[in-house]
Amino acid sequence: MAEIIEKFISTTDQIKTDEYLVNMGPQHPSTHGVLRLLVKLEGEIVHNVEPHVGYIHSGIEKMTESLTYPQIPHLTDRMDYLSAHMNNEAVCLCVENALQVEVPERVKYIRTIFDELQRLASHQLWWCASGMDLGALTAFFYGLRDREDILDIFEETCGARLTLNYTVPGGVMFDIHPNFQRKVKAFITKFKKILPEYDKLLTGNIIFQNRTKGVGVLSKEDAIAFGVTGPTGRASGFSCDVRKHHPYSAYPLVKFEEKLGTDGDSFMRWKLRMDEMWESLHIIEQLIDNIPEGDYALKMKGVIKLPEGEFYQRVETARGELGVYIVSDGKKNPYRVKFRSPGFSNLFTINHIAKNWKIADLVAIMATFDLVIPDIDR
Amino acid sequence: MTNEQLIDHLSKAYPDAVAKQGNQYPEINVPKELLHAFMLNLKSDPNLAFDYLFCQSGVDYPTFIQVVYHLESTKHKHYLVVKANTEDRVTTVLDTVSDIWPTAEFHEDEIFDLLGIKFNNHPHLRRLFLDDTWGFPLRKDFHDDIHVVER
Amino acid sequence: MAFEKYDFTPLTQSIHQGLIENVSPLLTLIIEWTIIGVLFLLFIAVFGLLLVYVERKVCAAFQQRLGPMRVGPWGLLQTIADFVKLLMKELITPKSVDKFLYNLAPFIVIIVPFLTISVIPFAPGLQALDFDIGIFFVTAVSSVGVIGVLLAGWASNNKYSLIGGMRSGAQIVSYELSVGMSLITMVIMAGTMQISEIVELQRGGWFLFKGHIPAIIAFFVFVVAGTAETNRGPFDLAEAESELTAGFHTEYSGIKFAFFFLAEYINLFIVAAMATIVFLGGWMPFHFGNFEGFNAVMDFIPGLIWFFLKVFGIIFLIMWFKWTFPRLRIDQILTLEWKYLLPINLFNILLMATMVLLGWHW
Repeated sequence: MAEIIEKFISTTDQIKTDEYLVNMGPQHPSTHGVLRLLVKLEGEIVHNVEPHVGYIHSGIEKMTESLTYPQIPHLTDRMDYLSAHMNNEAVCLCVENALQVEVPERVKYIRTIFDELQRLASHQLWWCASGMDLGALTAFFYGLRDREDILDIFEETCGARLTLNYTVPGGVMFDIHPNFQRKVKAFITKFKKILPEYDKLLTGNIIFQNRTKGVGVLSKEDAIAFGVTGPTGRASGFSCDVRKHHPYSAYPLVKFEEKLGTDGDSFMRWKLRMDEMWESLHIIEQLIDNIPEGDYALKMKGVIKLPEGEFYQRVETARGELGVYIVSDGKKNPYRVKFRSPGFSNLFTINHIAKNWKIADLVAIMATFDLVIPDIDR
Repeated sequence: MTNEQLIDHLSKAYPDAVAKQGNQYPEINVPKELLHAFMLNLKSDPNLAFDYLFCQSGVDYPTFIQVVYHLESTKHKHYLVVKANTEDRVTTVLDTVSDIWPTAEFHEDEIFDLLGIKFNNHPHLRRLFLDDTWGFPLRKDFHDDIHVVER
Repeated sequence: MAFEKYDFTPLTQSIHQGLIENVSPLLTLIIEWTIIGVLFLLFIAVFGLLLVYVERKVCAAFQQRLGPMRVGPWGLLQTIADFVKLLMKELITPKSVDKFLYNLAPFIVIIVPFLTISVIPFAPGLQALDFDIGIFFVTAVSSVGVIGVLLAGWASNNKYSLIGGMRSGAQIVSYELSVGMSLITMVIMAGTMQISEIVELQRGGWFLFKGHIPAIIAFFVFVVAGTAETNRGPFDLAEAESELTAGFHTEYSGIKFAFFFLAEYINLFIVAAMATIVFLGGWMPFHFGNFEGFNAVMDFIPGLIWFFLKVFGIIFLIMWFKWTFPRLRIDQILTLEWKYLLPINLFNILLMATMVLLGWHW
């Protein structure tokens, strides 16, 4: 009997399974767009992930070279469409800083409120979409339902729901709608009741915790070395909140906490975004009643020409740090514009942290990374 | 270190490099032969400790092609912009920094894709966005009669 | 008893008598088989569509939507329209599939519910086959389905399908154990495997109440394992659409896909029906102690309605799981079975055996 067992064990050692390649994407439900991951698998175990991007590369950096500065924001909200307003603001801030003009206080308040509303909308979509990735389809509808409220507020003020185009160099395009403050306050009261519901549905769920806790751990050193920013980086303990370290608009005026995680696993990334939603609500609460009177935009020259030189502006989008690097030769078009998009740096850590996890974990990791593909491809 | 100290320190340590204060960040222009050793020092010197490469971009100037590295030290909270130029437009080659900051691997892929700068010792240099039939669109002499309409 | 008046035995007997007096016994048998076959075919088609509709409405209710509303009143005809669409769709056979196995798989999958449904007593006297090893038959036959799923995964020549098929294989083989064991627990209590007998034994009270603690544990295990065996969320790893696009049926289209789809829902019905029969008294009405008036009112409701009420209760429970929980990972699913459910089950069998020996059950 012992011999037979011995023999059986020795044969199981000899059984070898082949590695095989699977193309996840460009059309795959959990890549949220046209991302292709070339995954090398052995059984269910991921051995290597190679992201292939560029399916939605639209050459925005090249296009900006033949556009004037007020035209550029019209392209940038197509990059990370879930933080359209932050992208626009980054360009506008960069231009304003280069021209050394100070926008009115009112503009700063409006921009910051829009930033945070946009962050909330983005995190809501992230919440519901990653719930869907983990198999909880009901979450998807809850998130989208609540996101509608924010989009309605956007629509009332600036006419657009997704690609806002609200910020222009020197201010915002129109004044806020008379209903704006009332509706935002109503939304905050409503959403404060709904947020605990989000936690009840997923965060406390034992299956959910098993799927995410300890999965895909990104250490702090790796987060810095890979340039992982935003909630993803902060979950690893990398203090990288641009709002805190390089405050812009009305952020110096508000009190908020930069939430930092320790574990760096999928659950921490999840938890951090949930906490960030609370912080966003607090920021809006501090600002919404105090919007000062005044102009909603500066009078800018008809043709904006930046002085010669290089200008860099960092902005915190919902996904992390967005950098706008403008090289100007003094003409009305920029000489070169580079967008340092948060998703780009975040995505390429995936091979590093998804290795030796199961294919289902790869999906969970991607979900908590909150990738937006046009943001990566630009 | 403050910006002045940083410029002072670097221009003493690297007489070949040109350091000055830019609009926002101190800037230093490093000869391309020195680039890798210089970058390695930036990362490993405990007084400098530039551990976070937050942006890497390529710019095509009329006379040279430049790669710009935006660096931050998360420990000391100081910033530095490093620039490396290369005049050769045909075999445009620079040293990789992907062994120092892993994030550079993919930024360099992108720069190779759009500006045609090859990076020595890069582990896996490939075109990231475009297919092989394209030229290098971010170069100023790029012409594409099919996709680009000039007004 | 009052509910004897809803007994279907006189009806079936009279049909049998009428046939046997007029035609030869062989022909009688053939005609009866044909009638039963046609009835089951109709039942599976109609009930499958109904369950799809129910699922969509239940899911909509959980997600604060309305669900299908446009086709027919409250969207009642929506699933029929969908089914007609599926029937008319082109059957695509990818070039590199193993054609024989690829075409065989959906039929194996759809055969299983047909076989299992034959032993289910819908109402007094309404049962096609009454084996003395009915429970054994159900457990034996229901494991055939996994072969179809495995074949579909293998023959599709698609990596996603293969992963889905293998997952499904590992999962169903494991959870078969729990389903079988929890049924055995109840068989120990009933002392018989004949399904009609088991239902009859629950005349004085459902097994869930009669067997109290071990029966409740067995019921819990059965529902969990049954959900896993029907490949439904949170155990829908075989077709986990966010990981494997559609798992084992990625390459199937048209009516072949409809077979997989229908089989899933009929399997759901069978799991619910088995839970009803073994734990909730089958078609037996709900009686409460010695409240004669209350019991008489309960008796007034026909057995057929009781049966479907209970079945829909369990189906709703299983749908509730699916639309609330996230999906498990394959290793977690196997851990749950081998490290938790199986030991619980084995212990439960012991407990039940002790209880039956000592006569602690009611």
